[in-house]
Amino acid sequence: MEFVKPGTKINFLGVRRIAFALSGLVIGVSIISIILHGGLNYGIDFAGGTLVQVKFSEPTQVETIKENLASIGLDRSLVQRFGEKGENEYLIRVEKLGSDLEGLSGQIERTLLEAYGKDGVEVRRTEMVGPKVGKDLRRKGILAIVYALIGILIYVTWRFEFIYAVGAIIALAHDVMITIGAFSIANKEFNLPIIAAILTIIGYSLNDTIVVYDRIRENRRKMSREPFAKVINSSINETLGRTILTSLTTLIVVVILFIFGGGVIHNFAFALIVGVLAGTYSSIFVASPIILTWQERK
Amino acid sequence: MSRNLKLKLLSILFIMVVALVYLAPSVVGEMAGFWGKILPQDKIHLGLDLQGGMHLVLEVEGQKAVESYVERMKGDLKEDLKRKRIYVPRIERINGDQISLEILGEKEKFDEYIENNYPIFEEISAEGQGKYQKVILGIKKKQADYLKRYAVEQALETIRNRVDQFGVAEPDISPQGSDRILIQLPGIKDPQRALRLIGRTALLEFKLVDEERSLRDALKGKVPEGDMILYQRREEPETGKVSKVPFLLKKKTLMTGEVLKDAQVRFDDFSQPYVALEFDPRGAKMFDRITAKNVKKRLAIILDNNVYSAPVIQERISGGSAQITGAFTLNEARDLAIVLRAGALPAPVKILENRSVGPSLGKDLIDKGLKSIIIGGILVVLFMVTYYKISGAIADLALILNLILIMGALAGLRATLTLPGIAGIILTIGMAVDANVLVFERIREELRLGKTPKAAIDGGYSKAFMTIMDANITTLIAALVLFQFGTGPVKGFAVTLSIGIVASLFTALFVSRVVFEVLLAKRMLRQVSI
Repeated sequence: MEFVKPGTKINFLGVRRIAFALSGLVIGVSIISIILHGGLNYGIDFAGGTLVQVKFSEPTQVETIKENLASIGLDRSLVQRFGEKGENEYLIRVEKLGSDLEGLSGQIERTLLEAYGKDGVEVRRTEMVGPKVGKDLRRKGILAIVYALIGILIYVTWRFEFIYAVGAIIALAHDVMITIGAFSIANKEFNLPIIAAILTIIGYSLNDTIVVYDRIRENRRKMSREPFAKVINSSINETLGRTILTSLTTLIVVVILFIFGGGVIHNFAFALIVGVLAGTYSSIFVASPIILTWQERK
Repeated sequence: MSRNLKLKLLSILFIMVVALVYLAPSVVGEMAGFWGKILPQDKIHLGLDLQGGMHLVLEVEGQKAVESYVERMKGDLKEDLKRKRIYVPRIERINGDQISLEILGEKEKFDEYIENNYPIFEEISAEGQGKYQKVILGIKKKQADYLKRYAVEQALETIRNRVDQFGVAEPDISPQGSDRILIQLPGIKDPQRALRLIGRTALLEFKLVDEERSLRDALKGKVPEGDMILYQRREEPETGKVSKVPFLLKKKTLMTGEVLKDAQVRFDDFSQPYVALEFDPRGAKMFDRITAKNVKKRLAIILDNNVYSAPVIQERISGGSAQITGAFTLNEARDLAIVLRAGALPAPVKILENRSVGPSLGKDLIDKGLKSIIIGGILVVLFMVTYYKISGAIADLALILNLILIMGALAGLRATLTLPGIAGIILTIGMAVDANVLVFERIREELRLGKTPKAAIDGGYSKAFMTIMDANITTLIAALVLFQFGTGPVKGFAVTLSIGIVASLFTALFVSRVVFEVLLAKRMLRQVSI
């Protein structure tokens, strides 16, 4: 079986201006969405606050839960269904922390136990993150991404040339922007595991890009008489089969994760799906064409 | 088969057996008999998110420790100055950790005395001349820093004690940064109770009730000098209604929990639990003196500014014991005894982060994770066989070995498996086949050039080698950074991803190649099925 027949010669570079425009458009939409939403929808890891995940034995309504929480003044907290419909699981999120040792989560737990009885409700998870920790985690998350990019920049410069590293970093920034944008458009919560997802996307997309770069390096020696544009184009075409195949196998598992992984993993898998698609696209249409554009300018 | 090839096969077998041995306890549970003595017993360590438990980050309010130290020093200083006949009509603590004094007399004598006897203080400002001077003393920064550091160390020790006595399997209590404490309690069932146990300061104080002056006036805002109001907070167990009874107390603390030797839960005649206190010799002497001097007066027993009881001293008590009564449940009494035995925290703590996961949720997550691994794995395996036929099956073999290696390494390295860690394993499945895909595409190219199977396989592996290394090392860089900066669950992801990358390099570059070579050597492979 072969997805891409040998000798395939798609002119990827010919459409590079359209590809650049398309990427620019998607990134633009991402940025606009983030601005319209007033920044990213930070989960409690980064914003601080209290989160309680509860499971009821009988079906109940968001409104009923809110009414019960009214007695401790939390009727305006965010209550949403979590996971499958039949599982009767809900997330209660409050921006406040509560001042005493018991904290808000304890109060919520007590109130729900009173309202639904001991067998009627089970508190499965509580999280309380103070503003200081939230800020710390945010800083660490950004630092992690920045350091990863610097490490990659150094490695790729060492193995190839500086301009290759620049192309790779631009492609990575492209993927990360689109993933973050997709989160903003879908109004999904941005949490700690999403940072892990973004770093995975960086690693994955880079993987793709490096394979093409490697081929370019090799073909440059073999096709030293040919124009650089042709070298790049053949390299992309020769690795196309592998690019599609690896994306497919990775997508298979990520989509499975998205479907079966359950609540917490759901958003993580969503980020990876977007990231893998963007990463595959960028390693074909962004990373290498940028090198050509740079060379032509010189 | 050549000797070289046999050696390679043996080394693969050896590594796989080692991985399986490490993995075995996690799969079959307790190892029976002699196995348990010679083989590793460690199961894959599950993170708090998977096995349930509590993750706490506390901040020790070190500044409060400095303030209470300065308060104590103020008391000592007042007495000492009186003895030295340095007349100080006014002395008080201001701005938290400073002491403001008014001095009548020779300032030089005062300065000299402070310098020689209280070197921890330095003069911040001095006003006025001649006989009347106003001086502000501040604690030296070095001393304050030392106190803060000491407060964290002591808090760590105290919390360890409390958790040990509470009985938690494999707790992890460690300092984080300069003023934080990280506490991980796996498998805890009642997080709220654990939190009350760990987080309360547990400062036990004995103070006299002021019965000579009017509580009613004090409640109106006219608290007499040297007195204070504290409340007895009582919760009715049935209605949950909280009542507060005020007490007018003398400010001076007669005794603290420092002189406790032991605290135990006992039951009174009505089977009501109470906490029996036993003092150390010094405490027994103090308690003897206090009770002797204050017969028929009321002595309040105060914990963290909450009055527990205020019994009337009927007679002098010289046995060195006392008791705290109250409407306790058994658990409350038990926890109270624990915190009293373990001692007070040197400073209050603030909860910065608190995450608890119930055991049922963790089990759900593991089930879902395993399900995803199995379904995703099967789909990828089928896909590879369809696309690459026998070669695909070889890649699948490598993939399965890869999974065994990852799990074995997790158990062997005592790494922690978290939920994102499971995601990392699933991701590795997807990415692990990539190395084989790169090799196979190269082999196909070589075959198209008309090379023999052996030459094509050799060429494929050697040409793909550098690409695979470059691609994986860059991913490894991202994973290592994640490990450095990640916390908790995210760190678990970095661990499995890193192990996964290394394992997939081994299985894809080495194992699958050896399989090809064996097939070639046995002449089972006239043509490469790819």
